[in-house]
Amino acid sequence: MCGIAGIFNMNGNKEISMDTLKGMAAILKHRGPDGVGFYKDERIGLVHTRLSIIDLESGWQPIHNEDKTIWITFNGEIFNYIELRKVLEDKGHKFYTKSDTEVIVHLYEAYGTECLKHLNGQFAFVIWDKNQEILFIARDRVGIRPLFYTFINGSIMFASEIKSLFADSRVKREIDPRALDQIFTFWMNIPPRTAFKEIRELPAGHYMIVKNGNYQVEQYWDLDFTPDDSVKSEEEYAEELRELLIDSTRLRLRADVSVGAYLSGGIDSSVITTLIKKYTNNPLRTFSVVFHDEVYDESIYQKQMIEHLNTDHSAIKCSYSDIGKIFPDVIWHTEMPILRTAPAPLYLLSKLVRENGYKVVLTGEGADEILAGYDIFKETKIRKFLEKFPDSKFRPLILKRLYPYLANSPTKSVQYSRAFFEVDTDSYPERYYSHIPRWDMTSKIKLFFSDHIKEELNGYKKFGELSSLLSDNIDSFDYLSKAQYLEIKTLLSNYLLSSQGDRMAMGNSVEGRYPFLDHRVMEFCCKLPPNVRMQTLTEKYILKKSMSDLLPVTITKRTKQPYMAPDSKSFFNSGTLDYVEEMFSDSALKRCGCFDIKKTKKIFEKCRKGLAIGFKDNMAFVGILSTQLLYNLFIEQFPANTLNEEIKSKGNYSGRHKGT
Amino acid sequence: MEQIKQSVKMFILENILYEDNENALDYDDSFLEKGIIDSTGVLEVVGFIEEEFNISVDDEELIPENLDSVNNLARFIKEKSGK
Repeated sequence: MCGIAGIFNMNGNKEISMDTLKGMAAILKHRGPDGVGFYKDERIGLVHTRLSIIDLESGWQPIHNEDKTIWITFNGEIFNYIELRKVLEDKGHKFYTKSDTEVIVHLYEAYGTECLKHLNGQFAFVIWDKNQEILFIARDRVGIRPLFYTFINGSIMFASEIKSLFADSRVKREIDPRALDQIFTFWMNIPPRTAFKEIRELPAGHYMIVKNGNYQVEQYWDLDFTPDDSVKSEEEYAEELRELLIDSTRLRLRADVSVGAYLSGGIDSSVITTLIKKYTNNPLRTFSVVFHDEVYDESIYQKQMIEHLNTDHSAIKCSYSDIGKIFPDVIWHTEMPILRTAPAPLYLLSKLVRENGYKVVLTGEGADEILAGYDIFKETKIRKFLEKFPDSKFRPLILKRLYPYLANSPTKSVQYSRAFFEVDTDSYPERYYSHIPRWDMTSKIKLFFSDHIKEELNGYKKFGELSSLLSDNIDSFDYLSKAQYLEIKTLLSNYLLSSQGDRMAMGNSVEGRYPFLDHRVMEFCCKLPPNVRMQTLTEKYILKKSMSDLLPVTITKRTKQPYMAPDSKSFFNSGTLDYVEEMFSDSALKRCGCFDIKKTKKIFEKCRKGLAIGFKDNMAFVGILSTQLLYNLFIEQFPANTLNEEIKSKGNYSGRHKGT
Repeated sequence: MEQIKQSVKMFILENILYEDNENALDYDDSFLEKGIIDSTGVLEVVGFIEEEFNISVDDEELIPENLDSVNNLARFIKEKSGK
């Protein structure tokens, strides 16, 4: 797990600045504190910052094939590399390391871009094929590992994080109003668009070929919820799911360093930790975050699992002010505005992991998406039911089953929750049915946009961009599958795995691994009949069934509590934090130019007084604050000018240089 | 009555719509139809009128007939406070 970066001259030879490459490496040091490697020839410069996990001795990158005509810089893990290596050795390929990285090189030699289909892993890599003069860039199926790029003066620059591209001061740093519009609607930007103009992101499940001065982006994988013909009993489905999860967990424990696990107290991480305990020899070491505020705290359930599994456990206690203090660092890593503070506690959690000497953790991420765990799926089912039976006497009861954990639940008043659910869906295509209440509510916070931003957005149609991310098959899926597919393609790939996943873990040099996101598990789950994923309103029904003999009943039967963190309260708990005051000052708001100053001042005061009780106000506040911070950190204060000093002091940490 | 209406209107303009322009809200605008107030906003309005007019609102009274416009609210407040 590492950071990668580089520059490729698309139109022939041109000297590549070693200083720029070193600058790109220096700013990715958190992704690879164990060392840095470079490869440079007349066409390309490749950078690799290393977090050593597999083949600690000889796994240094960039790595090459037998005759050094193919070079790779790789971030991530190929979990089935042992099996793939055997196949390749049988075909006559010679290996000089024991790493998973070298497997990709030979796999590419053998299969070209088709090599991606053989990989079980989480990855972003760049391969330079000298003989064919092809640059091949790829990203894993759901976007666990990041890859950004930009074009400048006939070159393509690429990197694991946007800030590495900014190491070249010629790269423009400017907030993209269209991305802002997307984030303030969907909670994420739609790739290839990013929060910054002219910086692009390779979408999950895609690869790019750069050849003869042109580039082409292709999709190589997508989920398909179209049912197949097989009909099995629930018991058979449950057993098959368990077998798959055991295998995907076992594969994800492959490492030459110790592997730990998160234990939140929810069912997903309970499943993963249980499988580690029961089916592997890996000593179970677990980590969790607990909250001072009991509204968000799940420590009762964590304790049950700790006792049940007898695990060696560490927890970090997170207070309002912890979140407030750490938030600028969080935005430095998310590299995009966010509407909730939820990434912040995860940043503190990965710090705890690292401080305990661990570099790798398994988590339960992905189960809610592939097995229908979220409230949005229940909401969809309820809305469909109420549309069909508008006068059902069960209506009030059903509505009250949603959000029982929220003090200010939108379902508190049945008549008002009706207004919440019965949104005008006619103006949207049916494929978006499930997400319209969420997007509608979120969009209201755009009332804080400045006139300038509103003008820039005049006539902009973001649904076209969203549509380009989706397979047309979505229209033939049942409504639950539609909702799940949409959630995976939007929030999972472009927010949860990045802002709450890769970026928060790698910010502290920790790698997350996700057994539920093994493509075999995902492909299996999306073929399950919808009522096996969610039975009546029981979420993740089949997962609970498949694990019922291994988990305490209190865990499988507990009411689902979504992971949340306190929002605007975090910034005013013990007086107003200085930087928050500054970010909401007239001058800072004016310089950034994204928000209406008068309105923004009003919501700032409302939050300061503790009067913001709803999602909308809290999302608006966190969205504005994070945008202001993004502007401050990446545009106003970006350390481009000091990078030369960085290069001198850090760029050469354990530097290894290959190539001409 | 006019005073109640003005007070409610100002609260909504200032705290829900973040708006200085008084023309942004008419007394008979339906909050739900115009998307002015969602279900959480209702709880904020209820908190405000309970404190401001010293009344207590029951869960059963959380219905649009009582709360869905400045006019409805003013009528409801008047009834509750017996004014």
